[in-house]
Amino acid sequence: MTTPDAAEEEHQARFDATIARDQRVEPRDWMPEAYRRTLVRQIAQHAHSEIIGMQPEGAWITRAPSLRRKAILFAKVQDEAGHGLYLYSAAETLGADRADLTARLIEGRQKYSSIFNYPTVTFADVGVIGWFVDGAAICNQVPLCRSSYGPYARAMVRICKEESFHQRQGYELLLTMMRGTDAQRAMVQDAVDRWWWPSLMMFGPPDSDSPNSAASMAWKIKRHSNDELRRRFVDMTVPQAEKLGVTLPDPELRWNEESGRYDFGTPDWSELQRVIKGDGPCNAERMARRREAHAEGAWVREAATAHAAKQARRRARRAEAPEGAGV
Amino acid sequence: MSGTEQHGSGGAGRGPQEGWPLYEVFVRGKRGLNHVHVGSLHAADDAMALGHARDLYTRRNEGVSIWVVRSSHIAASTRDEKDPFFAPSADKVYRHPTFYDIPDDVPHI
Repeated sequence: MTTPDAAEEEHQARFDATIARDQRVEPRDWMPEAYRRTLVRQIAQHAHSEIIGMQPEGAWITRAPSLRRKAILFAKVQDEAGHGLYLYSAAETLGADRADLTARLIEGRQKYSSIFNYPTVTFADVGVIGWFVDGAAICNQVPLCRSSYGPYARAMVRICKEESFHQRQGYELLLTMMRGTDAQRAMVQDAVDRWWWPSLMMFGPPDSDSPNSAASMAWKIKRHSNDELRRRFVDMTVPQAEKLGVTLPDPELRWNEESGRYDFGTPDWSELQRVIKGDGPCNAERMARRREAHAEGAWVREAATAHAAKQARRRARRAEAPEGAGV
Repeated sequence: MSGTEQHGSGGAGRGPQEGWPLYEVFVRGKRGLNHVHVGSLHAADDAMALGHARDLYTRRNEGVSIWVVRSSHIAASTRDEKDPFFAPSADKVYRHPTFYDIPDDVPHI
């Protein structure tokens, strides 16, 4: 006869062994409450970011300069919706409820990435978002494909495949503009100037000020620290900027022969805190739009429910009707 | 929460406020392959679940056939790894070809 405590210890030991062997934790496994909570918070926040992330670029669909760019942008924004749904689906395997997650976003009780609280003022912003924001997302997400929680890791595999298109279409868009007029080149440089620092902030606060990181790394939910991922992004992006012919707005940015990597300046962490707390340029607008979309979609959800109920009633009647009686 | 029984990739799921059920989605990548579980979604009925599964999980030719099934209709083995459920397969080594010693010089076996 095992006591509840002994059973708990046994569960914990098996969970620890799964993590230590680098195996995946699956939905029906026992897991520590804190592991589950951390995952739900992280996956939900990630899902919300994808959904809110449709807005800054979606704003340019009607104003895209060509049919080609419009079709690409449409596909990209649709992907963001898809990514949000893969992630909500993963969160639900942990016992989270979809309606509850939506409510938490709409009521401002759960966060989304700070980056989407910046405005997209020119079409060059669409390109820079693809290049920087999706590039940063790739840095963040590729290691998450090996995250210890199976459904999250599998969602990230799908997402990463699609992000590659996002980054490339952005860079290609910018290359095209850079081959254009002086005004277009200036537009690209202006977008780079505005998005560079917020993009670096996407990796979260510095390691010295990231309270949840240690546990997430021990559980192998996260594989690399915020600062390490930020450095990887800089190392990856600088040569791309040179090729494109733009200047990254950081006077401290330089190649470090010794480390074989780039040194760079410190983002304004107080700005990140302000934006996270709700005081970014577009926080109110993004939330208002999300609430509006939810309210405007209510009749569609109601109609679909009514239609499904009617079809079910018809099927039931047909099943009851005697052979050859006609309907 | 960790004690709750779940089906497939998710719980029975009340769905969005309308109470739409949760469906599990299985996609056949190409002819000759099995359907593989890819995720889940909420839908008002089977037809909507199929339509949404196509839009969500096969935007890039990932499939030639889709199955959707309500999560609540999936029966699953218990979540305890040590469950004796799988024990019968563990102690029958003679079911594996490597159990049998055959001289090296016997061809094609």
